[in-house]
Amino acid sequence: MLVNDVPKQVENIIKTSCYDCHSNNTDYPWYNKVQPVAWFLEDHVTHGKEELNFNEWADYSNRRKNSKLKSIISQIENGEMPLWSYTLIHREAKLSEDKRKTVLDWVSKLKDSL
Amino acid sequence: MRKSNVTTGILAMAIITLSATSCKDKKKVQENQEGHQTEQMEDSGHMDGAMEDHSQMDHDNMNHGEMAMMSSEVIADYLTLKNALVSDDKDGAAKAGEKLEGSLKNFDTSKFSDEQQDELKDIIEDATEHAEHIAKSDIGHQREHFKTLSKDVVDMVAITGTENTLYEQYCPMYDNNKGGAWLSMNEEIKNPYFGDKMLTCGKVQREIN
Repeated sequence: MLVNDVPKQVENIIKTSCYDCHSNNTDYPWYNKVQPVAWFLEDHVTHGKEELNFNEWADYSNRRKNSKLKSIISQIENGEMPLWSYTLIHREAKLSEDKRKTVLDWVSKLKDSL
Repeated sequence: MRKSNVTTGILAMAIITLSATSCKDKKKVQENQEGHQTEQMEDSGHMDGAMEDHSQMDHDNMNHGEMAMMSSEVIADYLTLKNALVSDDKDGAAKAGEKLEGSLKNFDTSKFSDEQQDELKDIIEDATEHAEHIAKSDIGHQREHFKTLSKDVVDMVAITGTENTLYEQYCPMYDNNKGGAWLSMNEEIKNPYFGDKMLTCGKVQREIN
């Protein structure tokens, strides 16, 4: 994401709301020490990174970026992301209407520029 | 809608006239369909039986026909998927998506030029992800992925060519009026984005031979 010159404000929202599952910088919570929660979480994060990993953004081709951005837009628009099971505990990750709009506007602009 | 039907009609007539005058010796898909509207890629023996066994293809000299053959399985699965979406058939689309995953995996790019290989691999990687999602999503999501998948398949055909005539068709209303394109073997519009809701919305943009 960084390589596509993302404004600080958008970057902060994405880091707070997406990075735990969609980057290599997962900040595991205390309850990750509890089995079977840890397995459940690990599975989630692995799958999340498979779908989209911001650390690999620079390596995605424009075709791939376009597909990822389209999915990001659709997931946020439909309220499917961030996952409710995640925002239940990470209240700060929940996207307010403003934040939602900020991210969507920027992502759409980036997608159109590809 | 009425206006677009008229446009479609005019386009269709133009294409028929063109193909009748300029492609007389080219095999037309319609010839061996005998009135039924299936879009299966049937081995019709028009290439001297070369299509009879895909596994025994001679890879050494790849001519135009062989390049097109490489993508024929992918295109066939894509068209099955498209037809399922036309029929609002979520389960059929999911099944076709799964099958498409397989044919994308089997796509052998090794005989293409380096540059073509790079692009084909990129296309295959992207298309595979769409196929995976289509295999496990509701129909709304399936259609979203189908839109991007269609772009991948169009770009693939631009490299490999196609054994059968394909029509690139377009519905301007899909995706909040951003539009969506797809490929079909029939000229007649059957809209995979809206299905029964707006079956004939769209127009032929291009004939691909």
